[in-house]
Amino acid sequence: MPTDAVIATIWGALAAPWQDGTLLRAFAEVALIGAVGGVLGCWIVLYGLSYGAESLAHALFPGLVAAALLGIPIVIGGTAGLIVAALAVAAAGRVPKIGGDTAIAVVVTTMFGLGVLLALSPASPPGVGGLLFGDVLGLSDGDLLLSLVLAVAVLVALRLLHGRLLAVGFDRGSARSLGAAPALVDAALLVLVAVAILVAVQGLGNLLVVAVLIAPAATARLLARRVVPMMAAAAALAVAAGVAGLYLSYYASTAGGASIAAVMVAMYLAALAGTSLRPRIISARA
Amino acid sequence: MHDPGNRVSPEPLAEARGLAARYGGGALAIDGVTFAAQAGRRMALLGPNGGGKTTLFRVLLGELPPAAGELRVAARAATVPQTERSRLDYPVTALDVALMGTIAGLPWWRRPGRAERRLALDALAAVGLREQSGRSFGELSGGQRQRVLVARALVQDAGLLLLDEPFSGVDRPSADLLTGLIDRLAAEGRCVIVATHDVEQARSWDLVLCLNHRQVAFGPPEPTLTREVLEATYGGAIVDLPAGAGPGRAVLPAHHHAH
Repeated sequence: MPTDAVIATIWGALAAPWQDGTLLRAFAEVALIGAVGGVLGCWIVLYGLSYGAESLAHALFPGLVAAALLGIPIVIGGTAGLIVAALAVAAAGRVPKIGGDTAIAVVVTTMFGLGVLLALSPASPPGVGGLLFGDVLGLSDGDLLLSLVLAVAVLVALRLLHGRLLAVGFDRGSARSLGAAPALVDAALLVLVAVAILVAVQGLGNLLVVAVLIAPAATARLLARRVVPMMAAAAALAVAAGVAGLYLSYYASTAGGASIAAVMVAMYLAALAGTSLRPRIISARA
Repeated sequence: MHDPGNRVSPEPLAEARGLAARYGGGALAIDGVTFAAQAGRRMALLGPNGGGKTTLFRVLLGELPPAAGELRVAARAATVPQTERSRLDYPVTALDVALMGTIAGLPWWRRPGRAERRLALDALAAVGLREQSGRSFGELSGGQRQRVLVARALVQDAGLLLLDEPFSGVDRPSADLLTGLIDRLAAEGRCVIVATHDVEQARSWDLVLCLNHRQVAFGPPEPTLTREVLEATYGGAIVDLPAGAGPGRAVLPAHHHAH
């Protein structure tokens, strides 16, 4: 039967990448990254923190590179990079005539440039360049375990903080009288974003990590009317995009991180086009 | 209607003497605030925009420390903010917003459970929005949003309710519903303080406090709201109403908008 043959061929094509241990680890990594990025990304989108998340990712880059060069865990390097960046932003903000935005831009660009300089210098070992664009196919079991631990920690923290994040994002002004301290909630969210970046940076690379934090959540925002369904949609979309991106990478021989990011952005554009063509029910009712 | 005979309230729920407050190291935002508000009372807080009404609320909520004077708040205070301050595109339902009132009462690791949901649904029922509990907050009318925020304050089990210009941008039927709700909240033994520009409505309540950075006057509306007091409160920017009202009643702040 020709249909059986077609099904067998499709099944074979879908199953082929799973035979390979490297790709299996890659699938597990994108599932973790997708779950964390999708759920946390909802708060990034709702809090208008997209620029902040991107700045954070770039600012901790030299820390990651330094850790890779020194052979210490990248979590430590990333944390050190973040602390240096935060102190530098605070210091630059104190210089008269430099506004907050400008201070962040100057520091982030400087830090990122420094990281790139280190990563792409001929003296650096070849793996370090992978931090820039990610190396989802080059993960060890240890890398995967670390990602798992950090991912679970972020998801547990988000569940505990859920009510407070919701109240502060809804109305910052009255959140304090409800028992949610906005400054504390903001700080906790930024710490979680930093941890999520550390989880995702090995797979997706520093330049593309922002895609998983923003694109699936921005897509889910178009589809869902409550926060928890939005999170479920974002996580599902992110995992699906991750897996689809890996297939794309496997068969089209494209870079893994870039393929995943491309699928995520394509999803957002498709959802945007879909919701724009549909009659605007919500705005008509308001 | 509110029945003055039902009040059992010798002890004030909120009491201030010579109260002052400032932001950071700036000038005093309010000064010389002296009042006492008992359970069952509806108190209007009158004053120009930027005259310190919101500042006084923040002090009563414990968000801003007094710079001088004494303050005693004997009940849990909750605020009903202006709905323009909350984001209308935010993905929450009326029930989600009412549930925000449970945060302070729960340990930090616990999320609202069935008991909290029932409390929130009861509060929505009390403001007449039980049927709308599943609707998006941003889709509700201005008056309904205001009542959802009142429900949130009820979930907080607040004895002292602070309403920040609840009638602005609210149509007439919704305003009447809100007025009735304020009467009932007070009659149930709460103290309700309403920041408002509506001098006429203030006259129907129990107490008025006129604030223009310094306290201008405090007391029951009838002897308190004289032309001189309103001029001092609004900086002379008042207009006479045409005939109809009795002497001493024919004044409104110039920037007042009819509802």
